[in-house]
Amino acid sequence: MTTISSPAAPTRSPQRRSHFALAVLAAGSLLLAGCSGSAQAEDEDATPQDGGTLKIAYDVDPTCLDGQQQGTNVTLNVTRQITDSLTDQDPETQEIKPWLAESWDVSDDAKTFTFHLRDGVKFQDGTDFTSASVKENFEAIQDLGAKASLGQTYLDGLKSIETPDKQTVTFTFDKSNAQFLQATSTMSLGFYSSDTLAKSPEERCTGDIVGTGPFQVKSFEHNKSIELARFDDYDWPSSIAEHEGPAHLDGIEFSIVPEASVRNGSLLSGQVDVDFSVQSQDEKTLEAQGLGIASRPNPGVVYNLVPKLTGNIAKDKSVRQALVKGIDRDQLQSVISQHQAPATSVLAKSTPEYEDLSDLLAYDPDGAKRLLDDAGWKPGDDGIRVKNGKKLSTTLTYWQDAPFLELVQQQLREIGFDLKLEKKTTAEVTAQQAEGKEELTFGNLTRADGDVLRNYFGVDEQNGNARKKKEKLDDILARTTSTLDEKERTADFTKAAKILIDEGYSIPIVELSGVIGTGKNVHDFKYEASSRFQLYDTWLDGEQ
Amino acid sequence: MSLRYLASRLAQGLLVLWIAFTFSFFLLYWLPGDPVITMLGAGGELQSFDPAEVARLRAEFNLDQPLPIQYLLALLAVVRLDFGTSIQAGTPVTEAIAAALPPTLALAALALGLALAVGIVIAVAATLTRRPWLRDTLAALPGLGVALPTFWVGLMLLQIFSFRLPLFPAVGTGTPAAIVLPAVTLAIPLSAIIAQVLFRSLQNAWIQPFVTTFHASGYTRLRLLLRQALPVALLPALTMGGVLFGQALAGSVVVENVFSRQGLGRLAQTAVTGQDIPLVQGIVLFAAAVFVLVNLLTDLTYPLLDPRLRAARRKLETKARDTLAEATDREDAPAGASPAGSTAESASTVTEGARA
Repeated sequence: MTTISSPAAPTRSPQRRSHFALAVLAAGSLLLAGCSGSAQAEDEDATPQDGGTLKIAYDVDPTCLDGQQQGTNVTLNVTRQITDSLTDQDPETQEIKPWLAESWDVSDDAKTFTFHLRDGVKFQDGTDFTSASVKENFEAIQDLGAKASLGQTYLDGLKSIETPDKQTVTFTFDKSNAQFLQATSTMSLGFYSSDTLAKSPEERCTGDIVGTGPFQVKSFEHNKSIELARFDDYDWPSSIAEHEGPAHLDGIEFSIVPEASVRNGSLLSGQVDVDFSVQSQDEKTLEAQGLGIASRPNPGVVYNLVPKLTGNIAKDKSVRQALVKGIDRDQLQSVISQHQAPATSVLAKSTPEYEDLSDLLAYDPDGAKRLLDDAGWKPGDDGIRVKNGKKLSTTLTYWQDAPFLELVQQQLREIGFDLKLEKKTTAEVTAQQAEGKEELTFGNLTRADGDVLRNYFGVDEQNGNARKKKEKLDDILARTTSTLDEKERTADFTKAAKILIDEGYSIPIVELSGVIGTGKNVHDFKYEASSRFQLYDTWLDGEQ
Repeated sequence: MSLRYLASRLAQGLLVLWIAFTFSFFLLYWLPGDPVITMLGAGGELQSFDPAEVARLRAEFNLDQPLPIQYLLALLAVVRLDFGTSIQAGTPVTEAIAAALPPTLALAALALGLALAVGIVIAVAATLTRRPWLRDTLAALPGLGVALPTFWVGLMLLQIFSFRLPLFPAVGTGTPAAIVLPAVTLAIPLSAIIAQVLFRSLQNAWIQPFVTTFHASGYTRLRLLLRQALPVALLPALTMGGVLFGQALAGSVVVENVFSRQGLGRLAQTAVTGQDIPLVQGIVLFAAAVFVLVNLLTDLTYPLLDPRLRAARRKLETKARDTLAEATDREDAPAGASPAGSTAESASTVTEGARA
């Protein structure tokens, strides 16, 4: 049993950015407008070159490099380069493809999963990767308990791990667990050598990690840099990689650059190759200079408002439905990045089981007003509706970098709903949500599998709506765990998403997309299925 | 200088440390938020906490104890010089501070050196010049230097000397050149303080009778200023040591963030946002200890530089000893009497001495 708390956004840092840098930024852009850069189309057929260090400017320090423990984007982006997974998920087709496992069998009830491992895989310390490595890693993740924030849910209900021979490993769950196959493709279930597992979680956080991946950790200094070096013996890339053998890059250097304008200036002046978090006001400058912009919506649950049925206002279904109708999502496009899109379902477009439900999310202020009128919420003198002396007003506390909420606030005012916004630190918001007294929460949840719906809203899981008893929604979500048939799962997740919108359990707002700026010399900068990056195929041309 | 004086100053220092510790402890305690939940969540995605695990971690950090017990346990640990481990990073607090210290020290030292040079030049030029407009302009510079936001200055310098003209790297501590822009940024407010204090005391010294006497006997203005007035005027500036150090440390928070430098300021900033209580307390105590030490050193070196003060203190101490004898060995009596060397007082003694 788990307690409910906020599913937190991955891309944005808990640190607040100083927005008074804006004026300076404007001045900077004026200065920079003087420089000219010719936009050049990337030559798709160019032959990859070996060598060079890719310099990436991060906005926040990852605090911990161990992806088995940490679930933040900044950590997982590093972990993806140093560990491999049993399977890989194709970011285009969303199919699960072989990686360290060459093939697998799943029982019809989706309780037993057998993986047949690739031969000749080694850890960076020279030890062999075998079925025993898989077993000890997954057991270590279970032992991490609450510290393995993501892995723990992926392995929920794992009863036994058997290793009949060096190349075979069988997982048995005590109930159907269809999401497990996709989970094996995540870096949260990546592998470390026995030596690494013998270390304390704290030691591993400091970067004392040996994986099987194409890059190994060279150094990690807090608030300064993370240096990765190529693992020269690497020869077991995922089946969807574009080349074989070791990675093209000699190494990767992540530096921690908290100021957005400094990241932007460093990218424009060629001092770094990648800006991990481009501000929307800088996108035009980058494009005008011919630099690349990479962006992919985070799969999973979009940024949404989640009413809690324990709230005095949120328990009223008419209010929840009015909130769904009262938001003009097309208008939100004007205040978000052009690489980000308004929500068209509870799930983001990049989720495998996504289906377009934008019809259910159409802007209908009159319909919203009618619903509220009928439910007895009458407009007061200040335009805010009142029922039995109670104002239709609540405070939303959040920590994410989500300026579009201010436009949502204005839109909801039109229908007589007073949404007060309070931006606080992550610590404050989490602590407040742990008390469970608020009417609405705000958040998202990234995962390249529709199972996020079950995790976020399921009454036995995080139960985002604080519902008291099982209902049809939970039956549908439970059904998704027993089949691996993607058609059936998609149909069920879509049914679930429809119920979530109809009941007003989820009020989808916009999709979350990290926007990354890349220098002209950077080629084949790729996203994997959960929208973290995969730099095995990435290469630099020698011009810069 | 008596041992007794030193002991009383040390006792005062410990009192300051205890107050800093207590104040920061309760301030952090009353901040909304839960460090354990922050640690487990840490801005991550999925936050399904196992209540048992949360309880275990709370116990590990003594967060399950009543407040007075928590405070006593924390105080006891600090007295034993055990500063605990950082909640966020899991490394010992002392290690984290030791790792962050060298880059900040280098930055602060270079900035102070620069600030001294610039401050002296401005103050001397403003005193020497016979053109009122130039003197007014120079005298107004310190005000401007203090008023300019460090954040803005840093970004402007980066924009011009790193992004436009590729002279210095914008990011990191890797090369020696990387320290130049941050040091200049940090030096601006520091030099402003130095210039202001120095200009005032130079003006004071400039109207002293001995200056007129020297001038009459054929000294040039420049020589007179450098040889006679400046040494006298520099003394009050020395008492600014503690203030300058505090300013440098506060400035490093902003400068290290703008220039993406590793260091104490950056560490403090991330520790506060992450509610890393042991780490914040470690930094507060460290800063307070250095502050106490800097002030103590200033006061101790002062008499060495100013003979008049030495004489004054001898007189004071003799008097204290006499009082002590009368008061039949009351332990704490001289503690109140002897710290005449506290910065403000010594400063005024000097100015008065110069006037006499």
